[in-house]
Amino acid sequence: MAMAALRKEGRRFAPLVSSPNPINAIRSTLAPTEEQVGLGVRSISTQVVRNRMKSVRNIQKITKAMKMVAASKLRAIQVRAENSRGLWQPFTALLGDTPSVNVKKNVIVTISSDKGLCGGINSTSVKISRALHKINSGPDTQCKYVVLGEKGKAQLIRDSKKDIELIMTELQKNFLNYTQVSVLADDILKNVEFDALRIVFNKFQSVVSFLPTTATVLSPEIVERESEAGGKIGDLDSYEIEGGETKSEVLQNLAEFQFSCVMFNAVLENACSEQGARMSAMDSSSRNAGDMLDRLTLTYNRTRQASITTELIEIISGASALEG
Amino acid sequence: MFRQVAHRILTRSTTTYSAGAAATIRRPYSTEVVADASSGDSAFVEAWKKVAPNIDPPKTPIQYMEPRPPTPSTLPSKLTVNFVLPYSAELSKAEVDMVIVPATTGQMGILPGHVPTIAELKPGLLSVHEGNDVKKYFISSGFAFVHSNSYADILAVEAIPLDRIDQAQVQKGLSEFTQKLNSASTDLDKAEAQIGVDVHSALNSALTG
Repeated sequence: MAMAALRKEGRRFAPLVSSPNPINAIRSTLAPTEEQVGLGVRSISTQVVRNRMKSVRNIQKITKAMKMVAASKLRAIQVRAENSRGLWQPFTALLGDTPSVNVKKNVIVTISSDKGLCGGINSTSVKISRALHKINSGPDTQCKYVVLGEKGKAQLIRDSKKDIELIMTELQKNFLNYTQVSVLADDILKNVEFDALRIVFNKFQSVVSFLPTTATVLSPEIVERESEAGGKIGDLDSYEIEGGETKSEVLQNLAEFQFSCVMFNAVLENACSEQGARMSAMDSSSRNAGDMLDRLTLTYNRTRQASITTELIEIISGASALEG
Repeated sequence: MFRQVAHRILTRSTTTYSAGAAATIRRPYSTEVVADASSGDSAFVEAWKKVAPNIDPPKTPIQYMEPRPPTPSTLPSKLTVNFVLPYSAELSKAEVDMVIVPATTGQMGILPGHVPTIAELKPGLLSVHEGNDVKKYFISSGFAFVHSNSYADILAVEAIPLDRIDQAQVQKGLSEFTQKLNSASTDLDKAEAQIGVDVHSALNSALTG
């Protein structure tokens, strides 16, 4: 009778332990604990729950610390990103914004992060890049990728390996500054032929909101073509060109400068979004760990009390057997 | 209920953080996002919807900018200047009387009603005239755009107010680069030394002139 009560108690624990939504790190320890609890072994089941509680508590501490680190990094980089926002506006005021331009050689520059645990921003950038690729690849147009960042590379290399021209990683190893980005831009301009460059990044709007954005930079020949055709850049001809030998030389310099400016802002905004997304991901992770810890504590106390009760039952039934 | 409370705590803590940090300094362009969130290039949005109907189309830079005013019919009295660097926006929509920029073809003065121009800049002195104030900066190269609505955009990679430049260092740099130019062998070395000489002599003349 004592053994039947024990087995009933044991079976009651199995659904309790499996019910909390596991965070992925804990899932691997879930399977063995079910069997052991099901058998109703007394002292070992409290040990098992206690181990789980210890690991969940560690995870909570680590994610909380990561959130604090991301918050401090965000504060530093947010100031710089906001200060760099003035840099691309004159170009858009002069040349307009032409994402629907139809050109032969498109290059999509995808900006992503190197480190993970930052929520869904890298997947969003890759999804947008793939859709842009689909829009712009046709019978007589080609579309290539330039990938910045490990996470984007990992996702794009799976199915578009032959379309990737250039991969650059470890951008944030040294402090991000304009010189570094202009060298990067120079690399891209030298090695990749393009008519239009489409830069895909996440613009930082607030700590919880990141807007996927695409900025378009046209090569000087296409700028001339579009300005002759009229439309958005139509009145480029009305501008007098000062400096340089020929108009095309100045337009060439202009296009290169525009690319490096837009890249600088894009890289900073993406870094900001990365830190913000990491902050909210780590915050929800530590909250989830806290919830899980509460549930495990209840389970632990129930296990402990049940084992005390069964000991008492054994003692009392033993004593009554002796007397009676 | 627990989760709602937790969510409110998260939003409260994040808004106090961002409000505290951002509200102390009024930075130009810091609130320029979603000035014009609804419109966008309609052809682009159409093409997007055909290819990826389930994903929202990405935003484009023109949606983040305040639109510039059209060309006025009468001559405006002041020039509106945006002087931007990668690290800060020195002047944002500042109304001034005149700006003198160091174009590659020489010093160029920009007054309200100037012809629309795209000017490439060389390292030199930039001065902003507002009434009787003159603010002088030494800028490395960049570009200057003058639009027909009397808006001037000046973009430079670096700009330093003149009083922060050390004359002695400039002289030393000039002599160093002249020496390098004389002893340079490859084209690349010669080009780099020439750039150094140009910048330092421009600095010199800016300080003295």
